Amino acid sequence: MFIGYLFKISGTVVGLFIPKIMAHILDEIVPSVKLNENYIELLLWSLLMIACALIDRFCNVFANQRAALASTQAVNKLRYDLYEKMLTLSGRQTDKVGIPSLVSRLTSDSYNIHTCFNIFQRMGVRATILLFGGLAISATLDPIMTLTFVATLPFVFAIVFTISRRGVPFYTKVQSSVDGMVRVMREDVSGIRVIKALSKEDYERERFDKANTDTVKNELKASGIMAASGPFISLCMNMGLVLVIVVGAYRVNIGAAKPGVVVAFLTYFTIILNAVISVNRIFIIYSKASASAKRVFEIIDSENDLLIEKLPEDYRENADAPIVEFKNVYFSYGDIENEREISEEKYVLSDVSFKLNKGETLGIIGATGAGKTTIISLLMRYYDVTKGEILINGRNIKTYDLSELRTMFGTAFQNNVIFADTIRENISFGRDLSEEEIVRALTASDAYRFVKEKEGELDHVASIKGADFSGGQKQRMYVARALAGKSEIIVLDDSASALDYKTDAKIRENLRNDYSSSTLITIAQRISSVMKMDNIIVLEDGKITAQGNHEELMASSEIYKEIAATQLGSLS
Amino acid sequence: MAKPANGKVVEQAKDPRGALRFLWSYLQKFWGLLFVALVLTIAGNTLALVGPDLSGKAIDAIKDAGEVDFDIVFHYAALMAVFFVTSSAFSYCLALLMRSISQKMVKQMRNDVFDKLMRLPVSYFDTHMAGDIISRVSYDIDVINTSISTDVVQILASIVTITVSFVMMVKISPILVIVMCVTIPASFIFTKKMTKITRPKFSTRSKCLGEMNGYVEESVGGQKIIQGYACEEVYTKRFDIVNTKATDAYYDADRMQAKIGPTVNLINNLSLCLVTAFGALLYILEFMTLGKVSSFVLYSRKFSGPINEAANILGELQSALAAAERVNRILSEEDEISDVENATELKDIEGNVEIKELSFGYTKEKAILKNFNLKAEAGKLIAIVGPTGSGKTTLINLLMRFYDPNLGTIRVDGTENREATRESLRKQYAMVLQDTWLFGGTIFENIAYGKKDATMEEVVEAAKAARIHNFIMHQPKGYDTLLSEDGVNISRGQKQLLTIARAMLLDARMLILDEATSNVDTRTEKKIQSAMEKLMEGKTCFIIAHRLSTIQHADCIIVVKDGEIAESGKHEELIKKRGAYYELYAAQLR
Repeated sequence: MFIGYLFKISGTVVGLFIPKIMAHILDEIVPSVKLNENYIELLLWSLLMIACALIDRFCNVFANQRAALASTQAVNKLRYDLYEKMLTLSGRQTDKVGIPSLVSRLTSDSYNIHTCFNIFQRMGVRATILLFGGLAISATLDPIMTLTFVATLPFVFAIVFTISRRGVPFYTKVQSSVDGMVRVMREDVSGIRVIKALSKEDYERERFDKANTDTVKNELKASGIMAASGPFISLCMNMGLVLVIVVGAYRVNIGAAKPGVVVAFLTYFTIILNAVISVNRIFIIYSKASASAKRVFEIIDSENDLLIEKLPEDYRENADAPIVEFKNVYFSYGDIENEREISEEKYVLSDVSFKLNKGETLGIIGATGAGKTTIISLLMRYYDVTKGEILINGRNIKTYDLSELRTMFGTAFQNNVIFADTIRENISFGRDLSEEEIVRALTASDAYRFVKEKEGELDHVASIKGADFSGGQKQRMYVARALAGKSEIIVLDDSASALDYKTDAKIRENLRNDYSSSTLITIAQRISSVMKMDNIIVLEDGKITAQGNHEELMASSEIYKEIAATQLGSLS
Repeated sequence: MAKPANGKVVEQAKDPRGALRFLWSYLQKFWGLLFVALVLTIAGNTLALVGPDLSGKAIDAIKDAGEVDFDIVFHYAALMAVFFVTSSAFSYCLALLMRSISQKMVKQMRNDVFDKLMRLPVSYFDTHMAGDIISRVSYDIDVINTSISTDVVQILASIVTITVSFVMMVKISPILVIVMCVTIPASFIFTKKMTKITRPKFSTRSKCLGEMNGYVEESVGGQKIIQGYACEEVYTKRFDIVNTKATDAYYDADRMQAKIGPTVNLINNLSLCLVTAFGALLYILEFMTLGKVSSFVLYSRKFSGPINEAANILGELQSALAAAERVNRILSEEDEISDVENATELKDIEGNVEIKELSFGYTKEKAILKNFNLKAEAGKLIAIVGPTGSGKTTLINLLMRFYDPNLGTIRVDGTENREATRESLRKQYAMVLQDTWLFGGTIFENIAYGKKDATMEEVVEAAKAARIHNFIMHQPKGYDTLLSEDGVNISRGQKQLLTIARAMLLDARMLILDEATSNVDTRTEKKIQSAMEKLMEGKTCFIIAHRLSTIQHADCIIVVKDGEIAESGKHEELIKKRGAYYELYAAQLR
C-alpha cells in the first residue's frame, strides 16, 4: 500500500509541474526564442512537458489500481470477519439484531464501506497534497496574503466537520429504514402464496410504499444537510479570495508585493479550492460509511456471551454419569441481567430436571408452546440457562468447547432449511461424509426412494429453500441429516409432523434397528412417536408434570391419558 | 411443490441502449424539474465563466506601488462578493433539486419493482433466490440513485462548459482549434473502446454481488442449523469463495476503470502541450499576440476539465447502467397471465368444485398429477391423504390458481378457473398452510390480515376460538406486540394457531387446510375442535392431514398415490376395503 501512495504522490506532484512548465514556456522561453530563434530550447521544454504528462498517467494508473486492490482486499477481509462472527453469535445476540439486519450489514453496509475506501485512497491523497502543496507555494509568494486566505480555512473545516459529524446519525437512520424496507420485501417474497390467496397485493404495496417513503424521507434529510456543505464551503473560500484581492491591493500599494503575485495567487487559489471541495466530498462519503462501519463493528466487536468455563479441578470423569442431565433448570428469553425481575410466569422453563442414560431413548410431549424446543436450545447451548445446570457426561455443558459440544448432536430442527445445493451436500452438511454414510442415513429416514427418482440422484441440486420437495420429503431429509453424522445423541424435534403415519412408523423402526447404540431424544405431538421410548416427559407450561414410560404414564398422568385417548382412542 | 432448480438464468446479452432508454423513461417523468435543473446549471456555469473576468478587472486596477485604483478594486470586489453569493445559492438549489429528483425517481423505481413482484406468478419466487431479488431493490437501485443525483449534474455542467469554452476558443484562434481536432477524437475513441471493455465487467460485478447476497441470505438464515452441526468453518470457507468472487469482480472492473481517468488526463495534457507549442510558434511567427495564446490556453484547460471529469463519471455510469439493466430485467419478466376478457366475477357462489381430467407437472418431463378427477359438492368435506410427495400440495397450487393446469379443468360453480377473475376466485378460499406465514406487524394486524376493517372484538374472538388468546395476553404488549420476522420465539404450533385465527375472520365459501394443525398438539387441537367446526361450517373443505383422527368424519376421503386417485370413499368403507387407506391408518398404531 505504501508503494501505491508513493506513486500517487509522485504522479500528483509531476502533474502539478505541467501548468508550471507551460507558464515557464509562455513567460520566459517564448519571448527569448523570438529573439534568438533557438527552437531547440522550445522543443526540449515541450518534450519535458510531454514526459511529465506520461509519468503522471503511469503513476496515477498504477496508484489507482493499487488503491482498488487494497480496498478490495480490505473489504474482502472485513466481510469475512463479519460473516465468521455472525455464525458464532448466540441465540440471544441473533434475536436482538435480527436476521434481516445481519444480512444487510453484510451486504449494503459493506458496499458503503467499500466505496469510501476507494474514494478515500483515490481522492484523499491527491487532495491533501494539492491543499498543502498549494498553501506552501502561496506562502512563499506572500505570507500576509496567504494568512488572510488561511484565516477562512478554520470556518471551512468547522463546516466540514460539523456537517459530516451530524450526518452520521442521519445515515444510521437511513440504514435502519433500509433494513425495514428490505424486511418487507423478504417477508413478501416468502409469503407470496398467502398474499395472493388473500388478494392482499394492494395492502402489501402500501406497506412497502410506507417503508420506501420512510427511507426516502430519511435519505432526503441526510443528504439535505450534506448538500449544504459544498456551496457553503465555496462561498466561504471565495469570500476569502475577495479579501485577498483587497489585501493584495493594499500590499501592492505600499510596495510590499508585485501585481504578478496577485495573479499567481488566483491560480493556486483554484487548486486549493478544488482540493477542499474534494476533501468535503470525502467527508460526506465518510459519514455515510461511518454509519455503516458502526453497524458492522457492532457485530464484529460484540463479545461472545456464551463463555467457556474451566473444568473444576476436582472434576473426575465418571463413566456411570448419565449422558444428559438437567438439574433444576429455569429459563427466560428475557434479559438475563435483570434476572431478579423475572416473575415466575415469565419463565419458559421452570425447575426442569431429568436424566437420560447412554443408549436410552427420551420422548418429550406437551402442548404447543410448552417449552419443548427450548429444552433443545438449552441443551445445545444456543442460550444459557437462567438458573440451574445442564450436564453432559457429568460435566456442565458450559465447560465444553462449543463445537465439541454440538458435534455430539445430530439434530433435525423444527425450523430447518434445505439449501440450494446438491442433496449430497444437504445431508453431508459440511461434514465431509462418505457416500455410504449418506445413503445409509437417507435409507433409514425413508428418503432414498424419492432421492433416487430425482435427476442426478445425490447430485440433484435442490431449488431455493427446497421448493422442489414436498414438506414431508424435506422433513425426511432433515432426519437423514441428523442421522448421517453418527452422532452420540440424535435429536428429532417435531420432525414427523408432515409425515404420514406409515412413513413415520417405518422411520422409527429403522432407528430402533440401525441406530440402537445412539441416544435418542424425540419431541413430538403424536403419542405414537414417543410411546415406545424408555422415558417420556410430559411438559406443560414449562414444567414437567409427569415422567415415566408409556405404561406408567397411562396409569399416573391424566394429561397423557387424555392425549392418548384423543389419538389412539377409536382404534383400541 | 415447485419448479426444479433451473433457476440459473443465463445472463442475457448486454444492451446499454436498452438500459439508457430505461433510465430515461424514468427521468423524463420529471422533465419539468430537470428543465429547471438545466437552467440552474447553465446560469451557474455561465457565472463561473464570468467570475475570472471580474477578478481579472480588479487585478488590472492593481498596477504598481502607489498606483492602485481602490475605487475600481472595491467596486469589483463587491461585485465578486455578490456574484459568489448568487452562484453558491444556485449550486445549493441545484443540489437540492437533483437530490429530490433522484429520490423521487428511486422511490418510483422501488415501488415499480415491488409492484411487479406482486404481479409475478408464484413460479418466479419458487425459482429465484430471495437475496438476489432483494439485492436489485436495495443495492442496484441505490447505485442508480447515486449516479443520477451526482452524475447528471456533472454531465449537464460539462456540456455547458465545453460549449462555451469551445465558442471562446474558436473566437480567439480557429487555427489553434485544429490542434484540438486531433485530441478530442482521440479521447472520444479511447473512451468508447474502454467502455466496450468495461461494460461486461460491470455486469459481472453486479451479478457476483447478487450471488453473494443470495448465499448470505440463505446461510445467515440457516445460522442456527449451521451452528447445530458445528460446521461454521465450512460455511465460512464457502462464503470466502463467493465473497472473493464478488470482490474480484469488483476489482476487475475497478482496475479497468482506473485506467480511464489518467489516460484521458494524459490526452488532455498532450493537447495542452501541443497548444502551448503551436501557440508559441504562432506567436513567434507573429500570427498571434502572447495575451491571446494565454487566454486560449486558459480556455483549453477549462475545456479539458469537464472531459476529465466525464471520464471519471463514466465508470459510475457504467455500473449504474449494469444496475439499471438488472432492475429492468425484473420489470420485464412476464406477469401472471392476466384475466381473460370479460372474466366472471365470482360472487355469492355455492361452493361446488369440479376437477376434470386434470394433468399437471412443473416441468414437461414429469407429471405430478395425472388424469385427476374430483367432484366436491357445496358444503362437503373432502379429505386428501396419501404419502408425502404424492401431489397433494400441488393440487392446492392449482385450486388457488397459483399455477395453471397443463390439461383438464377446474370449475367452481360451473365457471372454469381460467374464466374467472383471479382475485374473486382466490377470495372464495380461506387457506391455512403448512408453512405458516406471519409478517413484521402487530399480532392484531396479522390476525386481521384477511379482513379489512376487522374490529378488536372480532380479532379477540377469533384468537380465543383458536386458543391463542392466552398466549397473546402473555406477550409484553398483548395484541400490539410486534412480531419480528420469522417470529423468533414463537413455536411453529403457535404460528399455526395464529394463522387459523386469521382464517376464521375470512368470509369464504371454500376452505383449504394443508396440514393446518400438524404442529399443534392433539389436546389443543381438540380444544379448538369446535372452532374448527365452526370454521368449516357450510364451506366446501379440502383438508390435507396426516393425523387421520382429524378427518374420519369427512364426506369423502381421497387417497392419492403418484398423482392419481388410488381410492376414495367414507372412512368406514375404506377401512373395510383394507386397501391403501387401511394401511396408512394401521400405521398409527405401530
